[in-house]
Amino acid sequence: MKDTLAASFGRLLEGYDQGPFFDELFGSQGQLAPHAEAIRQRFNAIGFDELRGRASDAERELYNLGITFIVYSEAEAVDRILPFDVIPRVISKPEWAQLEAGVQQRVAALNLFLHDIYHDQKILKDGIVPADLVLGNVNYREQMRGVDVPFGTYVHICGIDLVRDEHGTFRVLEDNARIPSGVSYVVENRHMMMRAFPDMMNDIGIRPVEDYGVRLLDAMMKVAPAGVDDPQVVLLSPGSYNSAYFEHIFLAREMGVPLVEGSDLVVENDRVYMKTTDGLAPVHSIYRRIDDAFLDPLAFNPNSMLGVPGIMDAYRKGNVTLANAIGTGVADDKAIYAYMPRVIKYYLDQDAIIPNVDTRICREKDGLQYTLDHLHELVVKPVGEAGGYGITIGPRASKEELQQAREKLLADPANYISQPMIGLSVCPTLTESGVEPRHVDLRPFAITGDSTWVLPGGLTRVALRRGTLIVNSSQGGGSKDTWVLE
Amino acid sequence: MSNLLLARYAEYIFWLARYMERAENLARILDVNETFSRDSRGMRNWHSIVHLCNDGERFQARYGEVTGDKVIFFYALDRDNSGSIFNCVKYARENARTLRPLISTEMWSQINVVYNWLKDLRPEDVSQHRLSRFCDKVKQACQTHAGITEGTFYRDQGWYFYQMGKQIERADQMTRLIDIKYHLLLPSVDDVGSALDTSQWSALLRSAAGYHAFRRVHPRGMNPKAVAGFMLFSSRFPRSVSVCLHEIQSLLAGLRTSFNLRGGIHASETTDEINAAVEAHTIDRVVAGGLHEYLDWVQCRLIDLTNALGADFFGAETA
Repeated sequence: MKDTLAASFGRLLEGYDQGPFFDELFGSQGQLAPHAEAIRQRFNAIGFDELRGRASDAERELYNLGITFIVYSEAEAVDRILPFDVIPRVISKPEWAQLEAGVQQRVAALNLFLHDIYHDQKILKDGIVPADLVLGNVNYREQMRGVDVPFGTYVHICGIDLVRDEHGTFRVLEDNARIPSGVSYVVENRHMMMRAFPDMMNDIGIRPVEDYGVRLLDAMMKVAPAGVDDPQVVLLSPGSYNSAYFEHIFLAREMGVPLVEGSDLVVENDRVYMKTTDGLAPVHSIYRRIDDAFLDPLAFNPNSMLGVPGIMDAYRKGNVTLANAIGTGVADDKAIYAYMPRVIKYYLDQDAIIPNVDTRICREKDGLQYTLDHLHELVVKPVGEAGGYGITIGPRASKEELQQAREKLLADPANYISQPMIGLSVCPTLTESGVEPRHVDLRPFAITGDSTWVLPGGLTRVALRRGTLIVNSSQGGGSKDTWVLE
Repeated sequence: MSNLLLARYAEYIFWLARYMERAENLARILDVNETFSRDSRGMRNWHSIVHLCNDGERFQARYGEVTGDKVIFFYALDRDNSGSIFNCVKYARENARTLRPLISTEMWSQINVVYNWLKDLRPEDVSQHRLSRFCDKVKQACQTHAGITEGTFYRDQGWYFYQMGKQIERADQMTRLIDIKYHLLLPSVDDVGSALDTSQWSALLRSAAGYHAFRRVHPRGMNPKAVAGFMLFSSRFPRSVSVCLHEIQSLLAGLRTSFNLRGGIHASETTDEINAAVEAHTIDRVVAGGLHEYLDWVQCRLIDLTNALGADFFGAETA
């Protein structure tokens, strides 16, 4: 095994040890993934110094191009690039076919679920999902009851976080049905790789990612209110101080549509207009990157300065389409997540193509008891928190941390779920001291107008610190290019 | 759909152009002051730039005594001076960031690189003996920006508003540049025509990149009136007030004819009015009536023009 590895990756991977994990470039322990052989050989031909040199050129270019997110520290806004690792993650054709089908299935179920809970609520009446979990959820929007959206599509843009366990099985970790971000990095990382490593990519047969904007625009036009011939699409951003502003720019530019802020829009007679140099111009379809709560001060948070007064009424009357729809947050809640395999079965009469991570619901007595009994083995997550905050990783926690987690659990069990510790897959990653394995996840992006298209690959996030499992950019994560083979 | 431009974008691109043009002209003014300050009255000359920009009180409160290095820092890098080159580029970059869906990637990237360069400069990097090199770099950066814009910026409405901002700022800055020499460095009667006087006028022309062109029109001598007249009224010198005004007129006409914009009446009227006043004057009449007062009038009317554009296109409330 060791000899094969060394022969395959040469100096670059001399001594590389994937550990007990599945490896995205090598495969399972002792079984080299054949589809990545050509890629392994090519990176083998590049020396460590050459790779380092090209990597730092690439990072400088990302910075100069302003492909950055904004970090706020002590009242100062600092531009940071999302650290970019140049060794790609590779997905074979059959693996991708399964993922694509699994994502499409999941999005279909999410949309059917949302339509149902805002209309007849059959799934609640049939006792598949507890009613209070849905109706009592902070992200459930009563204003959406009885509102029909074009094609029944609520989640136009969906990002589904996947991880891969020790056996190489992909599992869904989390659904992002509100405002999933990161797709700009997918496309820009690919551009960067094409500039810095053309020799690595020639003739490999990598599925392109650059038509994301065109696909998104098509979907946005498709879901525009009926009867509009040439719908005006806009992207609504909270503004240039939002940490994801680069992505808003990227998407508006790729779609060729105006990037507007709340103050650029007005509602008159339940119709939405934007202020142009030639007066007011109608707007039909809005990809909004503002949370529900800030979207309309008349309907939600009255203090919001970001939103558009009256837009909710225009929306409810069907004069404007919002993507994603209002009230999708209830579907990607971590508490609902646990029920997703049953939700898929209920609406589609299919088993989930991509399984969940085994999840216990602490609001249920059995789930709580199991979680308390196995706290040291489990990952305990608060529901409704994003960004990796508030998570207790049992096997890594100190006695004090476990005790704190236990107290929080007992104080508010309904706020938590627990999952077994998953040994996330790894991928060779360039570090200060050579190429080392680092844990990765994958966020494929799906666009849905009247049908669902999945961007080949998605955002591979990598936990750059040795041993850590948390890949979020806010906690020291970076990203890699994701190569889906043809 | 492609014909539309957000009012806010129009305003931002207008100001993006102004800030970059302003940064370039500030570098020109600093550079020419550095030249002037080489005479025995160096101290007074550094005063002049502070007065020129109406910054006397602000400067006094912040720095007290006027020295060359303080003045240079104040106008080059001071983060607390909204009129410093640093802040001009910073504001331009903030606008460019917002405008990234509209402008070319190259435009954004270059401004970003310039800003990152300025951000890391220390006060000693702009001390008097390094000032000329610093000013050169700023000028070059701004001209690179202009060139990239010329070669890559798609010429729909946004381009018109960009050009308009640039021309208004250029006209405004030209009047300020002339004012440095003609009003605040008003030579004593004895000095007129002296070697020093002549060399200062030629430095002024050089700072506006107009020396060689002026020589082609006036091969002999360096008559102050001729220089001021050239800078104000030349129909071929790209930085003259007259050329800028003609550009603005044709840009406004272009917005009406090419994009069928309904607004623009106030801005057109104001431009026509300034232009008529410029064309009716000769340099002799201007000097007789007071050059400084004339320059001041032009500056005030350019402010009116900016306000008119705001009302016509940017969605500003009309007074």
